Amino acid sequence: MSSPTSPSSIALANIQFSYRPSLPLVLDIESFVLGPGQSCFLYGPSGCGKTTLLGLIAGVLKANKGEVNVLGQDLNKMSGSRRDAWRGSQIGYIFQMFNLIPYLNVRDNILLPTRLHSSRKAEDIHKIAASLGITALLDRGVLELSVGQQQRVAAARALIGSPPLVIADEPTSALDSAHRENFLQLLLAQCRAAGAALLFVSHDQSLAPLFEKQLSLPDLNRAAKPELV
Amino acid sequence: MLLLSLAWQSLRNRRVTTILTIFSIALSVALLLGVEALRVSARESFASTISGTDLIVGARGGGLQLLLYTVFRMGTATNNVRWDSYQDWSKHPAVAWTIPYSLGDSHRGFRVVGTNENFYKRYRFRNTGQVRFASGRAPQDFNETALGSDAAAKLGYPLGTKVTLTHGIGAAGIMDHDDKPFTVVGILDRTATPIDRSIYISLEGMTAIHVGWQGGAPPEPGEETPSSKLKKEDLKVEAITAFLLRAKSRIDTLRIQRDINNYLPEPLMAIIPGVAMGELWSTVKYAEIALEIVGGFVVLVGLLGMLVAIYTTLNERRREMAILRALGAGPAKILALFLIESLLLASTGCILGVAMMYAGIASLQGVVERQFGLYLRWQGFQPEHGIYVGLVLAASILIGLVPAWRAYRNTLADGLSVRV
Repeated sequence: MSSPTSPSSIALANIQFSYRPSLPLVLDIESFVLGPGQSCFLYGPSGCGKTTLLGLIAGVLKANKGEVNVLGQDLNKMSGSRRDAWRGSQIGYIFQMFNLIPYLNVRDNILLPTRLHSSRKAEDIHKIAASLGITALLDRGVLELSVGQQQRVAAARALIGSPPLVIADEPTSALDSAHRENFLQLLLAQCRAAGAALLFVSHDQSLAPLFEKQLSLPDLNRAAKPELV
Repeated sequence: MLLLSLAWQSLRNRRVTTILTIFSIALSVALLLGVEALRVSARESFASTISGTDLIVGARGGGLQLLLYTVFRMGTATNNVRWDSYQDWSKHPAVAWTIPYSLGDSHRGFRVVGTNENFYKRYRFRNTGQVRFASGRAPQDFNETALGSDAAAKLGYPLGTKVTLTHGIGAAGIMDHDDKPFTVVGILDRTATPIDRSIYISLEGMTAIHVGWQGGAPPEPGEETPSSKLKKEDLKVEAITAFLLRAKSRIDTLRIQRDINNYLPEPLMAIIPGVAMGELWSTVKYAEIALEIVGGFVVLVGLLGMLVAIYTTLNERRREMAILRALGAGPAKILALFLIESLLLASTGCILGVAMMYAGIASLQGVVERQFGLYLRWQGFQPEHGIYVGLVLAASILIGLVPAWRAYRNTLADGLSVRV
């Protein structure tokens, strides 16, 4: 539900961020723009401020300076609790691994966003589950699932209720290469079908060609300290 | 609602810890309420050692002392009540009945009480409890005796045993009434009151053993009067130690008390048992407070167990917190989730604890009464119990705040990342 006045899903301008004023900058980005419904591959090796950037976009962190406009909302002007509610209703989030609450079964894990936020509707659970191939798993405990299955359940949870933006933080790094491509295709197809923008962060550049837009965080972030391996 | 169901499922997921935690809280609550029940029972048991008696009358002296030697068989009287005075009051038109007590002798540490048939007919404890015989009958002749149940159990005398009483409260053998042995003709039922710790003879019996003792010392050797030469008709009771009195109408109690206190022929004193018992009980108030403090600490320990149980899960649950955070649950919700978990544990523990206490009282009642002479009565769910349970829950919120606050801080620090 991006505001019609905003042409982009994400628009960052001249942002600076440090965890404390006394500490050096972690992020210093002149501009970062993601169009609505666009899929974007963000190359982010460790140590370049990836987690911090995602925290800013998801509204968990607040920039010291600059404009953070996500889905038409100026996050700097929102209170912490409003950002929490906004995040839950507008963003689907997929972690690298261990995405699921261990004491809930697959169905309850997928439905969690809809129970936290009334704006996210639960009716498409069967459609989503079917398209991700996890219909048979719905009543299983999450600890019985393989890592690949877990990530698909996490994708279903991110997609349920059609949030306009899906953020995926290295969701494929725990998968082997065969599952990786397969998972990515499913995720991309689902986001496209739902019209959701997808911000996909990974250090695995071989995946980049599958996306409409490719960016590299070390290039964007002037505060990045390139990690020399 | 969602948080409640999340908290519930999270607890269910950690089944063993949850059950153990609930059980330890339940035990501590049961102990707290049990101690409270014990306290109330002890007070009631104490207060109902004597019922149905309006006044206790003895020679003028200390009221507490009078209560102690008449009801609790402790301490000694300094003066007697003349038989004429007793007759005056027992035949007083406003008096329903009296029970005379003649004290001062003992047998192997058990007090001897000289009394009459009124004691067996009229004496009441715990409202309706009455003196009954486990075997045999009340002593009638001057050389017959009945044993209280504790005395009978400790001494092990069967009916028909010959018993020698001792003058005074000292050890046997110094001033024995060995010239006038008594025969055990009855053993009293257990009452769980000081009645059980005494030996009963008739007033005439008390007179008989003191024939020739007018000076307060045993008769010279050769001057003893053996039982065989005594006849009940010849024995004239000249004094008793005290008597219990029941007024025909309780409204008269205060008036009779005043009249007794102002009785001209002899300096007497009448006390109202309830009032005197209250005074006596207030002296053991410290024990009550100590019991309460111990109960409070037991609960604290139970709740600390809960704190440990939740706190140790905090680290392994950081991932869970990050997920909830990503799903839009604010730090306040995380705090609430942990508080709800604490509250769920504590309230389940409280419910189970109350149930355990009910069951405990029901099953231990008999044993405690038999073994300790304490009548455990379940008083029903009292407002105080509600207050106690409320305090436990309040304390559980306070203690639950510790892990909840820690989780809150973790969530703020971790954001969407988790360092596991």
